Amino acid sequence: MGVGTEAQKYVWEGAIPLQIHLHESEITTLPSPPPALILAPRIGYLPLLVPLIKPYFSSTLPPGSDTVWFDYKGLPLKWYIPTGVLFDLLCIGPERPWNLTSDPVWILQVHFRGYPGDLLSPCEGEESVKWSFINSLKEAAYIINGNCKNVMNMSQPDQLELWRSFSNGNMEGNLRISSKLKLGAVGEESATKVISHHHQQSSSETDFAGPGRTGRIPVRLYIRSIEEDVDDLEDVPHIDSWDRISYLNRPVEMHKDEGKIFTLSDAIKTLLPECFEDEPSIDEEMSRIELEDGAKSPESTLSNKDPENLGSARGTEPSEIKLIRIQGIEPKWDIPFSWVVSNLMNPEYYLHICVCIRVAQDPDKIW
Amino acid sequence: MESNLSCVSSMGMGSLSKAIRGYFTSVFSVYKVQRNDRELHLYDLHIVHSSSYRVPVLYFRGYNCEFIFPKDSYGLFLLVDGQPLALDDIKKDLPYHSSKILKDSRWTFMTQEEHPYLNRPWYALHPCGTSDWMKLLFDNEASVTENEEIVQQYLLSWLSVVGQVVGLRTPLEVFSKNTQCHVLF
Repeated sequence: MGVGTEAQKYVWEGAIPLQIHLHESEITTLPSPPPALILAPRIGYLPLLVPLIKPYFSSTLPPGSDTVWFDYKGLPLKWYIPTGVLFDLLCIGPERPWNLTSDPVWILQVHFRGYPGDLLSPCEGEESVKWSFINSLKEAAYIINGNCKNVMNMSQPDQLELWRSFSNGNMEGNLRISSKLKLGAVGEESATKVISHHHQQSSSETDFAGPGRTGRIPVRLYIRSIEEDVDDLEDVPHIDSWDRISYLNRPVEMHKDEGKIFTLSDAIKTLLPECFEDEPSIDEEMSRIELEDGAKSPESTLSNKDPENLGSARGTEPSEIKLIRIQGIEPKWDIPFSWVVSNLMNPEYYLHICVCIRVAQDPDKIW
Repeated sequence: MESNLSCVSSMGMGSLSKAIRGYFTSVFSVYKVQRNDRELHLYDLHIVHSSSYRVPVLYFRGYNCEFIFPKDSYGLFLLVDGQPLALDDIKKDLPYHSSKILKDSRWTFMTQEEHPYLNRPWYALHPCGTSDWMKLLFDNEASVTENEEIVQQYLLSWLSVVGQVVGLRTPLEVFSKNTQCHVLF
């Protein structure tokens, strides 16, 4: 395996500019301390930023021991969700920094006291985040391979290097270690691997049963419902409780259909079949992939393929799904899912997808 | 330390294959661990199916309670503050061998997990080994067809192992054919 694709580099380099204010109840000095300005990696986690943030506020904190947590407009933030996913999920419309003409930042509050233990799992700093990461990686390995032996059997130095490279944003170092786990076979590649299984000794870690087997892809889906009469995403109400978000930690089963590419739309359909039940209206406005300047757009790579195989035969987007956002971009719905997974997944091998769905009834009544 | 399971309120329904692929949740109510004359730990235990590991997972959450009248026989108690017990407190209620494992595998044996339906922090017995040891107890999943009894047997086998980890003694009534079955989603 190489040192990562162009898209993966963008994923690793992606960052959210944060403006972090100390909660007013914890300010014991005058004048109040200015906010901390931090560039947070998309693939990282908020507690890992605490060593950078604390120096801004340590002189003004009340006495006691720290139990750090963050909130966005009063909503306590789940520390085990990657920062970029939190941002994509909670900042749907107008607050997204690059929509604003001034102060392009995501404004958060930090607390060092009063941890909301009934809402958030306890966090003891870097150790908690590291183990949450490793357990997610184990779960992803189990989904892909049917067992997590490869993760459990990692040597101590490898495990340390995996975590160090991740927390330092060192993509090459991280991919070098994680490639040893042999979790890279997704989508089209897994089909080739499955066929070659018959022709050569396969490694014991990739335990494919044979050509009939379908691939399971680790996916975490975050669903936000908005009411029917909200047409513009600029007008969506702010989320004041996690009960308004549905979370699905469910693998996508990829089926190999001869001649048909399994698309992102197909993947979402397997997770949310109820959104595809009605006969969808043809929506002419397809969202485009927004990659940085100079990046090769995946559309140009797709244009070489046989157009008959592009997109699903079903073809159209369902009317209910308003938005699909992955790593801050809104991919075309007929993009091959395997491309999405290989290039946009997080370092723990999970693909995090934020979806905004328009519902007819009260969004409080989520399935 | 006295611990018992007051009642099993529901079991999963449906075929094993459907149960494996779908979702079922069972709820055990009121698992009490008496600390002393005054204090009680109250646990909610839920069995939730994991679509990643394709096995049942035991979720639990404990609370501090106090007896209203410590010396009487009514055993009435109140929640102290409704805050969930921390792992350090839960550790005190575990059988010796489990608390030892907890010490050695701090982060991988009992993990803090968000409850998949209730959206709150709970604890879970990490399921990564379940499939392996269930193979020893439960023969040949592949031959199982749509059979409600098989589901119950699977769950009871699973519970007999998992229960011992947390010090749960499954009452014999659970094994009776007349156990009421409900499904909770």
